[in-house]
Amino acid sequence: MSQLIVNGIRVDDTFAEAFGMRATAIVITAHNAAWARQAAVTMTGFATSVIGCGCEAGIDRMLNPDETPDGRPGARVLLFAVSTSELQKQLQKRVGQCVLTSPGSACYGGLEAEERLKLGNALRFFGDGWQVSKRFGDKRYWRVPVMDGEFVCAATTGLSRTAVGGGNIIVMGATAQTTLAATELAVEAIGTVPNVITPFPGGIARSGSKVGSRYKGVTASTNDAYCTTLKGSGNSALDADITSVLEIVIDGLTSDAVAAAMRAGVRAILTLGPERGALRIGAGNYGGKLGPHHYHLKDLLP
Amino acid sequence: MSALVFSLRDAPAQRLDLAPLTPDRLVGLSESKIAAIELQTTRERLRAGDVFKIRIGDATQIRFDGGSERFDRIGAGMSQGEISIDGDVGTQAGRLMQGGRLAIVGNAGPWAASSMKGGTLVISGHTGERLAGPVAGETVGMRGGVVMVRGDAGVRAGDRMRRGMIIVEGKAGSYAGSRMIAGTLIVRGRTGRLPGYLMSRGTIVTLDGSDALSPTFVDSGVHEFVANALMASYVQAYSPEVAAMLRQPWRRFLGDMAVIGKGEIFYPPVTN
Repeated sequence: MSQLIVNGIRVDDTFAEAFGMRATAIVITAHNAAWARQAAVTMTGFATSVIGCGCEAGIDRMLNPDETPDGRPGARVLLFAVSTSELQKQLQKRVGQCVLTSPGSACYGGLEAEERLKLGNALRFFGDGWQVSKRFGDKRYWRVPVMDGEFVCAATTGLSRTAVGGGNIIVMGATAQTTLAATELAVEAIGTVPNVITPFPGGIARSGSKVGSRYKGVTASTNDAYCTTLKGSGNSALDADITSVLEIVIDGLTSDAVAAAMRAGVRAILTLGPERGALRIGAGNYGGKLGPHHYHLKDLLP
Repeated sequence: MSALVFSLRDAPAQRLDLAPLTPDRLVGLSESKIAAIELQTTRERLRAGDVFKIRIGDATQIRFDGGSERFDRIGAGMSQGEISIDGDVGTQAGRLMQGGRLAIVGNAGPWAASSMKGGTLVISGHTGERLAGPVAGETVGMRGGVVMVRGDAGVRAGDRMRRGMIIVEGKAGSYAGSRMIAGTLIVRGRTGRLPGYLMSRGTIVTLDGSDALSPTFVDSGVHEFVANALMASYVQAYSPEVAAMLRQPWRRFLGDMAVIGKGEIFYPPVTN
């Protein structure tokens, strides 16, 4: 594979291949930022990959009180799924089990769109007849009585059919420490880009996967070409100096947001340099045949 | 283009039905056609041109220079544009209004905003009894929109209200929110006796308490309501003072238990 060298780091002349997804956003508020974050973290747990979790979800960003509908600290959460019905199911279950249950929480739509997903309209039945509907202007809310007061929840939130899932950066380094340092820096940079999430633990996946398996019924399996302990095998894509590989997966509400996030991540890694960070940057794709969105690394360079 | 202006020639000799003088009806009409519109409510024919001096203009922006308590049904059924009246109006102003804005810089008679469905009605002065309520034969009152009364409202404000919001910056008479089905009624000043009489659902906010609260309302205690912050944000554009008050803790009474008891009255934390 041909490569560019930028600031001493090898950049593969390749591209990340991403897919169209359905997405939504919600805003969670609470008495303070810590509890807003707690509810958001809880509802986005076990949401790293649609392969096994039903959806991919994460915190887009924390919100100041003047940015939320009820004037309390909040968090904006993004959810991505492969179908509208699965997204609706995941949204309902996760908000119902993880946000409704969290002390002092309230939940609002975080995405303006013509197509809507049920939010409070699905959860109101928890009120067992004591729930109250309030409409202020064109916005409808449900007030569901709970033990610490009321769970206030917007009736619906917006649905996007133009979201993108699967933007990615593969970070390769000489040691686990330097590779992790570069990847952490990239995730931090991506965190400043609006409308994107990095759904894996801390934004980082150590177990990149490929489509399919030699075993029947297994839809994804380890990306052996990038497994450092398989270097030297016929399929390896790794150089001799690489001993650690990590991947950042990026989902965004728009293709532009994913591109901006990848650009921010790549630049952060390049800025750190090869001594303290990564030796090489790559990206995952399927030959360009499966996903309609292609993000060429050379287009993202400074 | 400037507004279409109706200037009152003399005090009308009979009650007038001004429902035809809305943007919906007047857009595209010539001055002569507008002047020929009949407004009488008795056998004595009275045309718009007999009552008003007409200055033709943008019919989506209608202005009445001068009002009368005999101006009935002004803005009734309007769905777009704006009507402003510099003076008092009679009964049923904005009845069945669906959209647009009706501004009365004066007092309004009874049944203002009667069974209103949408839009905004602003009354700078006082208004009579049964604000937003249904007329005889109807089962449901206000069904949407916003009513803002800067002065006082008469008895039974919000009677049988089903949706929308009423804000009264002054006082409200007895039985405010009687037989409410849903929606929100906010009274900044003192509310008369028995607010929420036989209300089944809906929200009444009595920011200065009431003369007497029915024993069929039960005290649920003082709470900080997140939903009231949402209400305050919405009210902010209409009444910043009321919005600021809504953000405080309030005492919630549930009722009317004489019916299904799913309504609520917000009361000052210390009842008086």
